[in-house]
Amino acid sequence: MPDMAQTETVARKPKLDLKMYGPAIALVLLCIIGFSLNTAFLSEGNITNLLTRSAFIGIIAVGATFVITAGGIDLSVGSMAAAIAGIMIILMNALVDILGTGVLTVVVGAGCAVLLGALAGLANGLLTTKGKIEAFIVTLGTMGIFRSLVTYFADGGTLSLNFDIRGTYRPVYYDSLIGVPIPVWVFIIVAISGWFLMNRTTFGRYCTAIGSNEHVAQYSAINVNKIKTWTYVIQGLCVALATVIYVPRLGSASSSTGVLWELEAIAAVIIGGTVLKGGYGRIGGTILGALILTTIGNILNFTDLISNYLNGTMQGLIIIIAVWLQRADWGKSKD
Amino acid sequence: MVVESPMASDGLLCADSLSKSFGTVPVLFSVSFSLRPGEVHALIGENGAGKSTLMKIMSGFHSPTSGRIVYDGKPVTLPPNGGAEALGIVLIHQELNLSEQMTVTENIFLGREIAKRGILDKQAMKTRVIQLLTDVGLDIPPDTRISELSIAQKQMVEIAKAMSRNARVLIMDEPTAVLTEAETRILFKQVNRLRDQGVAIMFVSHKLHEVKEISDRVTVLRDGQWIGTTATEDLNLDDMARMMVGRELSDLYPPVNEPNVDADIVLKVDGLQTKNLRNVSFELRSGEILGFSGLVGSGRTEVFEAICGLAPMQAGTITTFGNEGRFTSVAQARDAGIVYLTKDRKGKGLLLEEGMQTNLTLLALPQFANRMMLNKKQEAEALTRAVRRFDIRARDPNVLAQDMSGGNQQKLLLAKVMEANPKIVIIDEPTRGIDVGTKQQIYHFIAALAAEGVSIVVISSEMPEVIGISHRVIIMRDGRIAGTVSGRDINETQIVRYAAGLNEENIHA
Repeated sequence: MPDMAQTETVARKPKLDLKMYGPAIALVLLCIIGFSLNTAFLSEGNITNLLTRSAFIGIIAVGATFVITAGGIDLSVGSMAAAIAGIMIILMNALVDILGTGVLTVVVGAGCAVLLGALAGLANGLLTTKGKIEAFIVTLGTMGIFRSLVTYFADGGTLSLNFDIRGTYRPVYYDSLIGVPIPVWVFIIVAISGWFLMNRTTFGRYCTAIGSNEHVAQYSAINVNKIKTWTYVIQGLCVALATVIYVPRLGSASSSTGVLWELEAIAAVIIGGTVLKGGYGRIGGTILGALILTTIGNILNFTDLISNYLNGTMQGLIIIIAVWLQRADWGKSKD
Repeated sequence: MVVESPMASDGLLCADSLSKSFGTVPVLFSVSFSLRPGEVHALIGENGAGKSTLMKIMSGFHSPTSGRIVYDGKPVTLPPNGGAEALGIVLIHQELNLSEQMTVTENIFLGREIAKRGILDKQAMKTRVIQLLTDVGLDIPPDTRISELSIAQKQMVEIAKAMSRNARVLIMDEPTAVLTEAETRILFKQVNRLRDQGVAIMFVSHKLHEVKEISDRVTVLRDGQWIGTTATEDLNLDDMARMMVGRELSDLYPPVNEPNVDADIVLKVDGLQTKNLRNVSFELRSGEILGFSGLVGSGRTEVFEAICGLAPMQAGTITTFGNEGRFTSVAQARDAGIVYLTKDRKGKGLLLEEGMQTNLTLLALPQFANRMMLNKKQEAEALTRAVRRFDIRARDPNVLAQDMSGGNQQKLLLAKVMEANPKIVIIDEPTRGIDVGTKQQIYHFIAALAAEGVSIVVISSEMPEVIGISHRVIIMRDGRIAGTVSGRDINETQIVRYAAGLNEENIHA
């Protein structure tokens, strides 16, 4: 009997701590490295720039955290962003004659983007759950479809937003509110909502249960298909939001818009400590993961030590090291 | 009836005074067994009697704690993990051991491919497989994928595979459990053929009439002890059942209070039909403990999965508390006051990587939330209550479910379904794989719940358990209700007779 009690109280503290604080420690280390290479790294301008650039991947990655936690995967987000951007631009240009170049056109365009994101997510979700096709395959398919749609709409070239609307729309990306750029505000709101949804609601709990063991979830009165479909819809909404704040940055969309965003988003989620096979999701970690990825690129811009072209190499190394640190059984050696 | 000495040394493969313990739990006590060339030797006993342990020791999958294996007159230590196949000892697992996505040929030669300088000689293997398939009377192309075969065909492939390894000893774990009558006939034809070729065959089955038909000798195990080895011709089916049974019930079970025959009917199932079930009808009264007995695969679990919305129903009506209506989801059943506690604790019951609190509240989570917002304080209070009520012993409240003992896991699972405040609780294998002390506690919980007016269905393969706690027992066989016993008629002999198909009375027919 005492033996049994012993085995049941084994503390998992060391392992948990590293999982909890690993991404934060990594980000702090990166900042120290950045600062030591060039003190301008911590200047207000650069920090603002860094946060704004993190916003796109960060917002998409919050959605990806739900999908992955519930045991799914969404490879279509980058192409989805491009397709939504393309359709949004076409729509707003067409609305110029009817609604003019004012705020109303932008609002309609943004509303349409959100609707498209939700629908695209719904399609991914229903094909995975009702269609019983693996998420990897479904979203690989929709990835190709969305990408080719934007190429088709742009006729192989670039879709550009009407110059006057750009003027109206520009502030969404370039303006600040109380010193914080608007994309960063959106990022903060999405992050807090995501954290709340994941950690404080039945929905978040159900996502964890489904990703952990779908059978247990089903036997525990959880509507598995409905919850899984919702994770893809949330992912679509996040992509739409990211697109809405991305379009005014360049005012255009082409077949190269959002390329590899899906991999960056998944990387941010994994670096943040969420388990790829599902059952354990951390929104806070995902935010840190997105910041880490952007920070690496930013540091390389500041130094000649490593070529900027090796950005992908550095990101890849960080992903592998992060997962390796999470997998290593730090607690086991003690007993 | 002549009971032979267990240690006849004329066997090809003999177990000599084998004992086996898992951790501190002994499961076999000095069991001896001899298997002669050219005989079919049946091994029978109740669930938990030690049949599979003995089988696995004799094929090298387990090593004995004490005792020895004699093969071909020489004491041997069998190589583990199927390595004994090289010596000619082949075990065919109940769940079969074939790679579903590979072809018949690839499976039969798996690990022993014929190759010339690293290049597979497909033609040679194919020729050999065609010969083997003809031998076992299986008319399928050698390139067929295993996933396209029926279970009976897969079994034949296993036998062909065993023969390709020149098996001298073939050990079969309940080979007929999943076969139809016709498929069983084909299997028996092959078994007879192999016996005539001099292969020693060990055959485990719960179906006593098949044992009578196919075997030459029968060995009975009970509670890990050798009870007897007898020539089959000297035994009738009742003798076998009596040898398997014969155990006194101790006060492991709580006193069963008199059933109230006038209590309200809370659940009425009429003509339930699914893929595997035919015309299942029964009633459950308030405060009643209803046992469901029968062999594994007789459809007990399917009945309640269908009722609780986990499996589709083809026909039939369900009436709960006077309201007729089928449930299409577990949530609906839960809201109507019916919960199902699965026998698959680790696969379907608990989230192993989560703590006790998450697991406890999962089924009844809407009760712990206000407009989707979780009330974690309320969850923590529920855990404190459940730990006290069900005596869950974990010193650290943050322990993960996977690190808990089987007994504590089962108590947690029971606590989880009780959070939904059910009026009808269906418990599938309430004490599978847990120690005797916890078993007793669980029986007392069940009795106490029934005394409070909750109706309980206990599905169990453990005969003493069903007898010890039930007011009434329904026995299933081949997807139908074979019979119902109550009061003094609840005894092992009666139940075994119904389950094995010796009593063919069907009270609902």
